[in-house]
Amino acid sequence: MAVVSSGRVVGSWRAAWLRVEGHWTWYRRYWRSNLYSSGLQPLLYLLAMGIGFGSQVEPGPATGGLSYVHYVAPALLVAGAVQYAVGESTYPVLSGFKWQKDFIAVTSTPVTAGQVLGGQLIWVAIRLVLSGVVYLLIAWPFGAWLNAGAIAVVLVGAVTGMACAAPLMAIAATTYDEGSRFTSIFRFIVMPMLLFAGTFFPIEQIPAAIRWLAWISPLWHGNELARGVTLGGLDLLPALGHLAFLAALFAAGGLAARHCFYRRLVV
Amino acid sequence: MVEAKALVKRFGEFEAVRGIDLHVRKGEAFGFLGPNGAGKSSTMRMIACVSPRSDGELTVLGMDPDREGPRVRARLGVVPQQDNLDTELTVRQNLQVYGRYFGLSRAHVRRKAVELMEFAQLTERADDEVEPLSGGMKRRLTIARSLVNDPELLLLDEPTTGLDPQARHLLWDRLFRLKSAGVTLIVTTHYMDEAEQLCDRLVVMDGGRVVAEGSPAELIARYSTREVLELRFAPGDQEAAVARVTDLGERVEVLPDRILLYTATGEAALEQAHGRGVRPLSSLVRRSTLEDVFLRLTGRTLVD
Repeated sequence: MAVVSSGRVVGSWRAAWLRVEGHWTWYRRYWRSNLYSSGLQPLLYLLAMGIGFGSQVEPGPATGGLSYVHYVAPALLVAGAVQYAVGESTYPVLSGFKWQKDFIAVTSTPVTAGQVLGGQLIWVAIRLVLSGVVYLLIAWPFGAWLNAGAIAVVLVGAVTGMACAAPLMAIAATTYDEGSRFTSIFRFIVMPMLLFAGTFFPIEQIPAAIRWLAWISPLWHGNELARGVTLGGLDLLPALGHLAFLAALFAAGGLAARHCFYRRLVV
Repeated sequence: MVEAKALVKRFGEFEAVRGIDLHVRKGEAFGFLGPNGAGKSSTMRMIACVSPRSDGELTVLGMDPDREGPRVRARLGVVPQQDNLDTELTVRQNLQVYGRYFGLSRAHVRRKAVELMEFAQLTERADDEVEPLSGGMKRRLTIARSLVNDPELLLLDEPTTGLDPQARHLLWDRLFRLKSAGVTLIVTTHYMDEAEQLCDRLVVMDGGRVVAEGSPAELIARYSTREVLELRFAPGDQEAAVARVTDLGERVEVLPDRILLYTATGEAALEQAHGRGVRPLSSLVRRSTLEDVFLRLTGRTLVD
């Protein structure tokens, strides 16, 4: 008796999208807890820093003459996106190789390692937009937004998050232990970045000698863009510069991740 | 289905597969028998097109895995050594999501999932999460998942390791059905009973090389005697007994816990041993198995 397989190869984008579909199947079962951590956590920051702490801050030149809540709200969305992207690109990616091993299962099908990475990146991007929208909506009644430019902040958040996600996926793909280096990354890179990359105060307050640390952090570029699109005061050229920085980080990270995914999955 | 010539797999300095030739025919159940570290899994991964070969030639379903990996994988079923199911999804979702990666439509995978759950006797757990399922159930689900694309060639890496006897027999039964449906099977195992039960033909692997090839019956006939007499002694008594029974068999193997005498008639040898005043704690006369073939070929037992 002859067996004829029903399986066939699908195109690369389609394959990546099928991965997204797989993630979505999972997400539908667990969306509540996820949405809480992704949408509500930035809101807690907004309440504590924007409204609570912000009540003690006088609008001044540093805030562009704006109330502190308006100054900090867009940056908090971007900072939230960065944190979220970092979370989604470290342990969950390592798990795909090591614990859950779903990357190994999927690369036994016609889907390739590069398509698995593509699916992972698209999935993170979708969730960054989703959680950004949730934050946008919840922060609205608290008077966090001045105008419709806030909608564009969601996109800025997603772009900034992806600029962090791509290189971290490369790092996750080269992690063979239980992920102890992620703790160091959170502690020594992500946390300082959240605090000092222009989210809560302008980086001009940082001594000039170490201000370059803010300049090379993706979050600062994202914050500048986010404030630019909703509060104004950002010229086209610097805006393109910030965007180019984030795009370059994403591209370099993505290429490195692609290399590392293949090296880990095709041995 | 699979054709290999002087196939080699290296990991850095280490050579896991050292130049093997293979020829797997359509519709047969082909086995790799050998201890852990013999190179079985490395070979399987090369056939599964997830591990590029280091040297030699390999074609799977008439294609070169290096150049047409996805096209080959579209027609393969793979059961890995360790289950890699999505434990946070249900049984049904595992099958449906996986099926989609083979370009199958939603309606198709919905139908196929029902059929496969029936086949794997998991219908009652269809909408349960995978995590709490027993080892045997997870294994059956992994096999069901590997069938979602109606594979022409099914690769099973240690399919029953870690399962209880009942679960193993149920699995074997499912594999027989697949074989009679025309699916070509390639199985790796370090259980000789599994190899004997399942395989039409097999290769014995050791240290990255093929040391023998044939059907289980041929291998036993070629490398062993019809029967084996096993003698067990009280601790300390074995050494003295060895010299007194050695000439009773065509060949003798001394294991840490027993003596194996290879002979055409085990009962006769046992009688002679008794006649010489040898008093084992227990004795057993049995047919030769692939375990004996392996012992003969490598001087070692399969499962340490």
